[in-house]
Amino acid sequence: MYAIVAGGGKVGYYLAKELVEQGHEVLVIERDSKQCAIIQEDLGDIVMQGDAAEASVLAEAGTARADVMVAVTGDDEDNLVICQVAKKRFRAPRTIARINNPKNEQIFRMLGIDATVSSTDVILGVLEQELPAHAVIPLLRLRHADVEVVKTVLDDQAPVVGRPLRDLSLPADCAIVLLVRGGTPIFPNPDTRLTAGDEVIAVTTTRSEARLRDVLWAGR
Amino acid sequence: MFAIIMGCGRVGARLANLLAGQGHEVTVLDVNSQAFWRLGPDFPGTTMLGNGIDVDVLRRAGIERADAFAATTQGDNRNIMASQIAKHIFNVPKVVTRIYDPIRQDTYAELGLETVSPTVLGAAALLSAITDQDDGKE
Repeated sequence: MYAIVAGGGKVGYYLAKELVEQGHEVLVIERDSKQCAIIQEDLGDIVMQGDAAEASVLAEAGTARADVMVAVTGDDEDNLVICQVAKKRFRAPRTIARINNPKNEQIFRMLGIDATVSSTDVILGVLEQELPAHAVIPLLRLRHADVEVVKTVLDDQAPVVGRPLRDLSLPADCAIVLLVRGGTPIFPNPDTRLTAGDEVIAVTTTRSEARLRDVLWAGR
Repeated sequence: MFAIIMGCGRVGARLANLLAGQGHEVTVLDVNSQAFWRLGPDFPGTTMLGNGIDVDVLRRAGIERADAFAATTQGDNRNIMASQIAKHIFNVPKVVTRIYDPIRQDTYAELGLETVSPTVLGAAALLSAITDQDDGKE
């Protein structure tokens, strides 16, 4: 396989190294001459200096016969353009872009990039597994008053779903101030009933946060 | 009409003032708040700090109701990406993109972006200024 790696930073360097070790033909395109020298020193004659978003550079790199273009510079916009030029001008059969903003995954797909990799998303995925389910997440701390604004999102497992707020035995130093339901804010009164999917925003003293969590989730 | 301009450099700021002078509603985006001084004290439009290649920032700027979007930052790739988001994700009716690199301009013109290259226009203007002067001497 002939793989072109655009961007010779840490990601590009180690990616190229692994691909070479697996026996693939690899070319790294890197703008910075110092970085090029380091790669050349370590990995051999597999690096070309230039801006991979420029068609002339991609032509010289032999993009037309590449099996895959992998754009791993630090900037999403550069990776997009590199992949698009490779695809549209040189018919690269497969383009892969590194992205920082996870929301760009869908955008890149709509704009013709075959695959994206987001380290932000990968870390987020691992974090979410580590986080306790039914978490009460602190949004804001008013340190001088020892008060927190917290949020939790109810699902159909929450025992309070279907009940009006007046039924909840909340401590006196804790108040549910806002519900967000399907993107719409609701300023609740004692008769407002909680439903699954509600984002519950509460103000509480730090002392009563655990009690709030118990009331909403019944110790789950 | 409501126009969003990404990049408050000399060109972006001037364009913003020209549009506002014609009575249009204008919002200018830039990642650097210092850039907005170029608009001058009488600019009647809105300024917003943020990166135009971020969909959340574009939404906050009101892209869903924008009639026009112009990308005028110093970065060709940033302009290209933001313009494609405006055109293909938010269906903004009029999108113009500044691209310095004439080759990249060709590629993206083929891909349906309406592009303006200051490199090409500037060189053509300079050429005609030089050759016109020669003509005058003859």
